[in-house]
Amino acid sequence: MIKIDIDKKLHGSQGEMSLDVKLEIKEHDFMALAGESGSGKTTLLRILAGLEEAEGSIMIGDEVWQEGGFSLATQKRKIGFVFQDYALFPNMSVEENLLFVHKDKKLAAHLLDLTELSSLKKRLPKSLSGGQKQRVSLCRALMNRPKLLLMDEPLSALDPTMRTKLQDEILSLYKEFETTVIMVSHDPSEIYRLASRIVVLNQGEIIEDGKTKDILLKTTGSQKFSFEGELLDIKRVDVIYVAVIAIGQQLVEVVISKYEADSLKIGDTISVSTKAFTPTLNRRD
Amino acid sequence: MIETFQGIEFSPFLLSFKLAFLTTCILFIISLPLAWYLAQSRSKIKPYIEAVTALPIVLPPSVLGFYILIVLSHNAPIGAFFAETFDIKLLFNFTGLVVASCFYSLPFMVQPLQSGFESLDKNMLEASYIAGKSKIETILKVALPNIKPALMTAIIITFAHTVGEFGVVLMVGGSIPSETKVASVAIYEMVEIMDYASAHIYAGIMVLISFTVLLAVYIFNHKQHKRIGGFHL
Repeated sequence: MIKIDIDKKLHGSQGEMSLDVKLEIKEHDFMALAGESGSGKTTLLRILAGLEEAEGSIMIGDEVWQEGGFSLATQKRKIGFVFQDYALFPNMSVEENLLFVHKDKKLAAHLLDLTELSSLKKRLPKSLSGGQKQRVSLCRALMNRPKLLLMDEPLSALDPTMRTKLQDEILSLYKEFETTVIMVSHDPSEIYRLASRIVVLNQGEIIEDGKTKDILLKTTGSQKFSFEGELLDIKRVDVIYVAVIAIGQQLVEVVISKYEADSLKIGDTISVSTKAFTPTLNRRD
Repeated sequence: MIETFQGIEFSPFLLSFKLAFLTTCILFIISLPLAWYLAQSRSKIKPYIEAVTALPIVLPPSVLGFYILIVLSHNAPIGAFFAETFDIKLLFNFTGLVVASCFYSLPFMVQPLQSGFESLDKNMLEASYIAGKSKIETILKVALPNIKPALMTAIIITFAHTVGEFGVVLMVGGSIPSETKVASVAIYEMVEIMDYASAHIYAGIMVLISFTVLLAVYIFNHKQHKRIGGFHL
């Protein structure tokens, strides 16, 4: 069990706020950390890594990482950290980046094999693509078999195809290494695929905490399906009103009543749901 | 003409390079922690330390030389301490020149190193701490190898600047042959006694050496930039 109870004053974009987090995480759990930017997600990861100071306590099993005035040095915490911008060592080859953490050639070869990087092991990071760099960073983070793997928006700089591929790799590495993971992410599909639990921060406080599917699937009652989107436009076509709504990357048109058209305004966040029919799903090739 | 060449005394050059070599070595060791501190620190006293470090750039060498004379004299506490404890005189000898040169060339070592360290990705240094590496190991294995151009610039410019110093050397060392008479002082004396032939040869050698050294630095830095993106063998 990982027990976190910390408190830190932050100078956020909206003035001073206090990051106040009490959390218990089961070992080998995969937890996603979501919330708007400036809500304290990255700071929480950095406090766990010992890169920033805070009041309170952090217990990893029966190991004390922080308590009272004591704080275990970053170097002595068994963690892996995957940064959004990779943070690889440019002077070392792919293989040397891994061996720098721990001189275990067998493990390095195994990790590079799993992530299809074996043929690139002599290359310098500068010559790799974004996806390849992030895989190196992921492998490097696992070289000391961390008790806690922290990932700060690891895939947000990558294109969707690469993201899906890396999600699979993260998942298989997570299963093999049996580590506890905390991952900051904004992408609901990514969180749904990877994490079993999600914690949402807002202004330094936890506003939601629960199983991924309970929190991410927003249908309530007898709704068959429900989407959240932004109202872009309301058009009047003869006697009816048509609303244009952006849901994720897609735009849809929905016929609405005059009463609805009057009560909504452009820019509103709205939920689109239905219970009258069963949607049909067709595979797209 | 040939006679003039044969009559050249090379000890001022040897002295200049010996002085520059020792000064560079000492300053490298002193400046590494200082530059690292200045690059990492957000302390309020940092601007004061930076200003003091940069003073030798703006002060006339005579002012610097004057204060060094005062402080290192055996009448002052520091000079007296060295004279009594180690039996070392710090003025008008080679040791004094080394000490003075270290003050004079300090900013030329600290400033390139500091801006090199400041240019490093902070996350990369943190990744090294997370990998369990100490600060010293991080500096030696991660920070320094990634600021090679800055490192090269710091070392070469410090060396070249020490070879080129004149005012401080003259004030603190005088002109004792094979002891404190470095190349720049020798040229000054040749001009004073109107031995223009020797002055020409000395000055020409200085220009040639300085140009070669600077050219080597720029070629090295150019290659370092090109190497980015290549294979690592």
